[in-house]
Amino acid sequence: MQGNRFIRTALCAALLAAGAAQAGNLTIESWRTDDKALWEDVLIPAFNKKYPDVKVKFAPTAPTEYDSSLQTRLTGGTAGDLITCRPFDKSLDLFKKGYLESLNGKPGMQNFPESAKVAWQTDDGKSSFCMPMGAVMHGFLYNKKIFTELGVQPPKTIDEFHKVLEAAKKAGKVPLALGTADQWEANQIVFTSIGAPYWKGEEGRKALIAGKAKFTDPQFVAAWDEMSKWGPYLAKGYSAQTYADTQNLFASGKAAVVAVGSWDISYYNQNAKFEYGAFPPPVPKAGDKCYISDHPDIGMGVNPKSKNKDDAYKFLTWLGSQEFADLYTNKVTGFYSLSNHLISVKDPVAKQMLDWRKSCASTIRLNAQIMNRGEPNMENELWNVNSQVLNGKMTPKDAATRIQTGFAKWYKPQQK
Amino acid sequence: MKRAFPWHIAVFLAPAFLIYTAFSALPLLDTLRLGFFTTHDSGHQTFVGLANYIKLLTDPDWSAGFWNAMNNNIKFFLIVMFVQNPIALLLAALLSMHGVRGAKGYQTLIFLPTLLSVVIIGFIWQLILSPLWGVSEKLMGFVGLADYFQPWLGDESSALITLSLISVWQFVGVPMMLIYASLIAIPDEIIEAARIEGASSWHIFWTIRLPLILPTLGLVTILTFVGNFNAFDLIYAVKGAIAGPNYSTDLLGTFFYRTFFGYQSQIGSPTMGAAVATTMFLIILSGVGVYFYFIQRKLQRFAF
Repeated sequence: MQGNRFIRTALCAALLAAGAAQAGNLTIESWRTDDKALWEDVLIPAFNKKYPDVKVKFAPTAPTEYDSSLQTRLTGGTAGDLITCRPFDKSLDLFKKGYLESLNGKPGMQNFPESAKVAWQTDDGKSSFCMPMGAVMHGFLYNKKIFTELGVQPPKTIDEFHKVLEAAKKAGKVPLALGTADQWEANQIVFTSIGAPYWKGEEGRKALIAGKAKFTDPQFVAAWDEMSKWGPYLAKGYSAQTYADTQNLFASGKAAVVAVGSWDISYYNQNAKFEYGAFPPPVPKAGDKCYISDHPDIGMGVNPKSKNKDDAYKFLTWLGSQEFADLYTNKVTGFYSLSNHLISVKDPVAKQMLDWRKSCASTIRLNAQIMNRGEPNMENELWNVNSQVLNGKMTPKDAATRIQTGFAKWYKPQQK
Repeated sequence: MKRAFPWHIAVFLAPAFLIYTAFSALPLLDTLRLGFFTTHDSGHQTFVGLANYIKLLTDPDWSAGFWNAMNNNIKFFLIVMFVQNPIALLLAALLSMHGVRGAKGYQTLIFLPTLLSVVIIGFIWQLILSPLWGVSEKLMGFVGLADYFQPWLGDESSALITLSLISVWQFVGVPMMLIYASLIAIPDEIIEAARIEGASSWHIFWTIRLPLILPTLGLVTILTFVGNFNAFDLIYAVKGAIAGPNYSTDLLGTFFYRTFFGYQSQIGSPTMGAAVATTMFLIILSGVGVYFYFIQRKLQRFAF
């Protein structure tokens, strides 16, 4: 049976991992397989300059398997000393089950603003359980060469956005690189990003949590409405286009615009042979305030069963330092430190995105806090619904009704 | 004279027995047990009887997903059953004819995809069928069918069929080998006798060879059934655990995965997952039971 196979694999993994945890050494659990080299060559050596006698091992698991295998290792008592934390409910669940230490008053935590800590706190804000590490931002990248050929400027409003896409289409380019095969992009870098200006970021998000707004309200339906118009601007067969296809499509210079998260910058820096720039989600009307999805994405906590807590806290203290903030922001391009330290961002596109914070209001991904807690799980529902809206298989109204029905089913403030 | 207890039998059986008990039987029993419990926020589990099963079958959020996965799984099984196995039979019949040149080579080639990792199979087919850089549109263009090309893996109506055909492509070698082995095991005298009586090859195939290999076809059926109701890896490799578009490729395996391990922000529930796993186990068990009771017993008579 399938279940047994998983349990067996997990058992073997647990047995193997058991040998790894020893005092004097630290093991970091993470889903950032992409950053393995960076941790080993840059971050850990920098830490070892200060603390030469602590051996740190970065042991990442593939992102899709991270949560489940971490859970198994935590339950079996074989997880690493430091746990990389997903934001909001996933880590809150670990904390509630006693798999993360409380970090209240620990050195380093004072370097973070409340707005950053909120992603790893209990609902009442009384206990923090992970130190904020990095945030990601969402928006669009554009191919400067194509824009020059077309004679267009990065769009500020939705109308301008459509004009740019139309011009690219007429010129035989793929106007917008985006696929729906993997589904998550449709939610995490499209809906929650381009929708923010419609529902006015935090204002709309908090209204949903307070039960004062519904997904069926016009400000939310408008976001789906906009997405439903994108089909003609996407590449042929976009319903079978994966995220990797999208990256290839833009990097090969065939597409004018791509919807991205800031973490994509490091990929395009390596793979795109042309100059590109960034623009934030266009606003509905000229003069409207702009909003960006500026999402705390990664933090770090301590495993209560760690045999080497002293060293783990040393590491966390270093994680809260100016040095780490600088290294992290500038070496892991596209992840922005959440600390209060003043850091200069060296990558031009990453800096361009970070500067949006000055003119636009930040909000987190719409459903990240509280709304994902129930059944049906809103994150999964949104992936599905948003992909279908982009595919032209579901109307914006139906999308809104489905999400609202699922939300109201378990969330008391929405049942009034 | 009193015979000594046959210790050697116990000793030789022990390793297999212990390993099977520890890694198959006990986890299975524990899964059955876990299905009757529920997990609280704090992580401790309490007994709730059949509540998980009632929820799975009656709560619309769960039952809709479950029945969707169940229906998809039945479709997946039927497509594989009625495409893969007839093709396997045809190939085996062709390969077992006397004097087929390069028969061994074909056998190896057809069997080869079975040895590949599903992840590779999924990746290769995603590339072949990719509407952006896949070769299939071009290949279809050579025979004038380019207009019929669709992003099959991305369409709700065709994604499941496409995936089941990929699975057929990968695994057709296994039933082919089994059928081939039983075809060549038929004694030549029987065939020769029939030929002397004046029976045509066609006639011989339908009235002599086919009935004689029915037990093998039965075995192939049951292997296909068990394999397909446990299928998970291909879907997961190509479509991820959300099995899109719109859950149209969701099988019981992926449904179980999401329930047990959780996915993204969905928090996994080992107890609810165990209930799903047990349900899958019962489905497969009853399918196998029905098959053995009604079909396999009658087939025995034809065996020689």
